[in-house]
Amino acid sequence: MSDIPVVALDGIVKTFPGVTALDQVKLSLYPGQVTALIGENGAGKSTVVKTLTGIYRPDGGQILVDGKPVHFATAHDASRHGITAIHQETVLFDELSVAENIFIGHAPRGRFGLIDTARMTQDARALLDSIGAPLDPDAKLRDLGIASKHLVAIARALSIDARVVIMDEPTAALSQKEIEELYKLVEHLKSQGKAILFISHKFDEIFRIADRYTVFRDGQFVGDGLMADVDQDDLVQMMVGRSVDQIFPQRVHAPGEVVLQVTGYAHPTEFDDINFKLHKGEILGFYGLVGAGRSEFMQSLIGITTPSKGVCRIGDKITVIRSPADAVNAGIVYVPEDRGKQGAITDMPIFQNVTLPSLGKTSRHGFIRLAEEFDLAREYTQRLDLRAASLDQDVGKLSGGNQQKVVIAKWLATQPRVIILDEPTKGIDIGSKAAVHSFMAELAATGLSVIMVSSEIPEVMGMSDRVIVMREGRMVAELAGEELTPDNLVRHAAGIGMAA
Amino acid sequence: MLRRFALTREAALLAALVALCLLIATRFSGFIAPANLGRVFNDSALLIILTLGQMIVIVTRCIDLSVAANLALCGMVAALLNVAFPGLPVIMIITAVVLLGSLLGAFNGILVWKVGIPPIVVTLGTLTIYRGIIFLISDGAWVNSHEMSAPFKALPRAVFLGLPVLSWCAILCVAGFALMIARTPLGRSFFAVGGNPHAAVYTGINVGRTQFMAFTIAGALAGLTGYLWVSRYAVAYVDIAGGFELDVIAACVIGGISIAGGIGSVFGAVLGALFLGVIKNALPVVDISPFWQMAISGAAIIVAVILNSRSNRPKGRLILRTAGPKT
Repeated sequence: MSDIPVVALDGIVKTFPGVTALDQVKLSLYPGQVTALIGENGAGKSTVVKTLTGIYRPDGGQILVDGKPVHFATAHDASRHGITAIHQETVLFDELSVAENIFIGHAPRGRFGLIDTARMTQDARALLDSIGAPLDPDAKLRDLGIASKHLVAIARALSIDARVVIMDEPTAALSQKEIEELYKLVEHLKSQGKAILFISHKFDEIFRIADRYTVFRDGQFVGDGLMADVDQDDLVQMMVGRSVDQIFPQRVHAPGEVVLQVTGYAHPTEFDDINFKLHKGEILGFYGLVGAGRSEFMQSLIGITTPSKGVCRIGDKITVIRSPADAVNAGIVYVPEDRGKQGAITDMPIFQNVTLPSLGKTSRHGFIRLAEEFDLAREYTQRLDLRAASLDQDVGKLSGGNQQKVVIAKWLATQPRVIILDEPTKGIDIGSKAAVHSFMAELAATGLSVIMVSSEIPEVMGMSDRVIVMREGRMVAELAGEELTPDNLVRHAAGIGMAA
Repeated sequence: MLRRFALTREAALLAALVALCLLIATRFSGFIAPANLGRVFNDSALLIILTLGQMIVIVTRCIDLSVAANLALCGMVAALLNVAFPGLPVIMIITAVVLLGSLLGAFNGILVWKVGIPPIVVTLGTLTIYRGIIFLISDGAWVNSHEMSAPFKALPRAVFLGLPVLSWCAILCVAGFALMIARTPLGRSFFAVGGNPHAAVYTGINVGRTQFMAFTIAGALAGLTGYLWVSRYAVAYVDIAGGFELDVIAACVIGGISIAGGIGSVFGAVLGALFLGVIKNALPVVDISPFWQMAISGAAIIVAVILNSRSNRPKGRLILRTAGPKT
């Protein structure tokens, strides 16, 4: 084993408008070793992967290959240096064959520069055999399962002589048996001297296959070292840190009447057995890792998907919600996580966006009353302190923070009883976060019940009266008061035994 | 208000239309006489009505290639009804074909909404089916002028308050559409669905049903146009308005209706149809060869698309933000 890392990041800085995603981080990958990259959501893991693979260009610091500084202008540069990534949702071509996927971009050429299909198939078979993958090179990729697609991606990595293989949550969608096979493959890659960056939320697998670890928190490097020198507690402590240094609004919450009660909500594939009560004026946090089923549950609560069983009571009435329109009528609204995709309609003026779900209220005999509509839009945009030249302006011309305000104004204008905020501060800067937090506190103070889906521990700790932790589609804990600690949140979410 | 209008694409198109008319006037000064402009409008009326229907379909991210076939089928049914029951009041015939047109449109809409077939495929299929039905019900025969009753043929030409009824039909459709789009929840939902279907779903709008409504309304207008076409030209046969769907789509594109959905206006659609109408109806008068007519309408489409894509905001900003500071 060599002491010089194949690839190292040194003092990398990456900023996005308003956010520093990476602040002077370092990371070293050694040949024949698996390095686990550990951190909460938002710690900067994906940004590191994109920097390593040349998708993002860092604003500061340097990337070293074999100790020499290099510069990745494009993703192609990174792959020329032998860096390849296998993503959570692997990027391959469904309509092409296994062999074509392995060799796309560098297929063996025959006469007249045409692709030598026979040789390609043969080479693909050899590669697949070398990793013990029982796949037919001629099979269409879309006929394969996710695990097999990973194998194809790995074969592809080998075919371009990759020296560094990045695996981003590779086991997220795999069954136990498939995971075991993936581990074997990782061992095989190690034995060939590849450097592997392994990103995972699951502690058991990190301890099982990683040789080294690097921990990030909030875009900063926290620590690294050999797995042999640490235990789970050490890593959890590094991940969550000790202090919650943001300042959250002070709230007094006296539990009011039950506004929403969910009993036995289940979905065939996404979640099972969800039970909780939500009180008037309460902020209920939903914490969990990405993919724990929180957003999926919320979507079924508002009628985007239909639960296979379960009862939803609003007030004390059993309410069946079959469509988002039903949810709005019942007083439940959902502010989605991805406001660009699911929130605002960017080619529409602000006032039309705000009133879209409330048009029934501003119409008489089927016709919208424009003056009333405008008043409604003005009332709620002012309440949110929206900065815009005119309410006639298209939403697409506003900044991200103001677009978020338009989406929230839209939902408040329906005068809901329950508002679900999915990752309300994801990707916005600290100042705007504080504004969102104090606004959330105000909403709760006016008697609105808030469900906050969040993956940020300080936010969950600082804002929630009570927190439900979900893991793999199930509620695994309900924490409040003294039990509500960063340690407890991470342990329940990651499924680490509580005997610490 | 006037300054804001000056910056819109409708203003640019209006300027282009005026320039085109002035250019024609240099060759044929009578062209811009009010009476002649009225004739040009009347000649464009059918295109205007169909363009309105196509507009809402395109705004909801769909396309209707079957409008002209729908028109032709409704026109044939209108003609056959007239031949079979010469005493039947024209208003009954119009009601019948508008209803039939909506049904044909609704059939497109159902396939898009409930079966989930892409609109271009659905309407490519129904285009052929509807033309085929015309052949079946007419046995491929023509219905000629002398077979039609006098009131049947007279209505579009009848002059009311100085304008032919045909022009009034277009004006009423334009007014109705302007009202629907500005003042009804359905009008809003067309733009919401086309602008951002995901957001529309969360807002409680049924995307498929909205698209279905757009197809149905477009079908109703095609039905109305079917009667107007057949009575105006006093002939019905299998191939009437063959290829006219492409003119309709071209008028939409020239009128600034985004093929990607979510953007468009009634005023733009009318201007687009008039622009194409002027090119098709006026250029032959001033002795411009058919080749140049085609070249000019083709160039207008491409110029319109370039101008529209430049005036649209760069969508990349949104994508970048979401691609940005994630985990």
